[in-house]
Amino acid sequence: MLTCRQLTEVITDYLEGRMSIMDRLRFRAHIGMCRHCRAYLAQMKHTIGALGRLPPETIPPDVRDQLLARFRDWNR
Amino acid sequence: MYYRTGPDGRVVNVQLPAPDAADTMRATHPEDAALVARLLTGDEAAFRSLVEQYHGRLLRLAQVFVGDRAAAEEVVQDTWLAVLTGLRAFEGRSGLKTWIFSILTNRAKTRGQRDKRVVTFSALLGPHAREEPPVPPSRFTASGRWSEPPEQWDDVTPERLLLQRETRALIDRTIAGLPDGQRAVVTLRDVEGLDAAEVCNILEISETNQRVLLHRARARIRSALEQHLRRR
Repeated sequence: MLTCRQLTEVITDYLEGRMSIMDRLRFRAHIGMCRHCRAYLAQMKHTIGALGRLPPETIPPDVRDQLLARFRDWNR
Repeated sequence: MYYRTGPDGRVVNVQLPAPDAADTMRATHPEDAALVARLLTGDEAAFRSLVEQYHGRLLRLAQVFVGDRAAAEEVVQDTWLAVLTGLRAFEGRSGLKTWIFSILTNRAKTRGQRDKRVVTFSALLGPHAREEPPVPPSRFTASGRWSEPPEQWDDVTPERLLLQRETRALIDRTIAGLPDGQRAVVTLRDVEGLDAAEVCNILEISETNQRVLLHRARARIRSALEQHLRRR
């Protein structure tokens, strides 16, 4: 039986698909029964989702213009 | 070698052209092929959009390897110049993004070494090598059940999380404060979306190591978000 504490320790293995079929079944069974761990899994997925949508900083106009000037030289 | 029959009936030897770079690229990365073709004709708008799309991401990546911001900016500048230098020979076996990222990481690593910045990417070395539980043990009962369970994030979605400037800043700060290895892995994997194999390759760490670092980094960021949302 997988405890809640153990589940938080193996969650990345689960999300990365690095679990044996038996462990995966145990994980799924626990998630099915435990709303707290469902909440934890959902929080983790939202966290990962937010990381993937973090906007990069925009390029400062002067840096961009310098690069465009280099591009014109390069193309000459 | 290929042969065909010539007009006079003799068998002639035909030299087939090797598939050129553009053909390879059209087959493997069609959008990249169109963009590279435009760049090679000197299309400034194409270069501008490339730079606008990748500059911030390259800066984020460079900071994984080099200590200070100014050095990271220099590495990114150098990378763009190297992209221009290499573009005519770019064969498109890898995608354009992978190619640009690999130029960046090579340069950033070299720069990091030159600046004698010692970066420990391994989870098994460094000051945080000891066991680091993803959730404090105090939140569980002795039998391992939640005693202080996580809240339901009912109205939370990744998009909504990022709408708040302070939440974005919190995530950025939390990433910046992670130990080098965790910061490197989570930046490459979750922020930039590289796959596990690429990340192991770039950071020269094992797959297990990579997963441990990713796990710790994600757990810390989740925990920071949890505290932040509770305070609101």
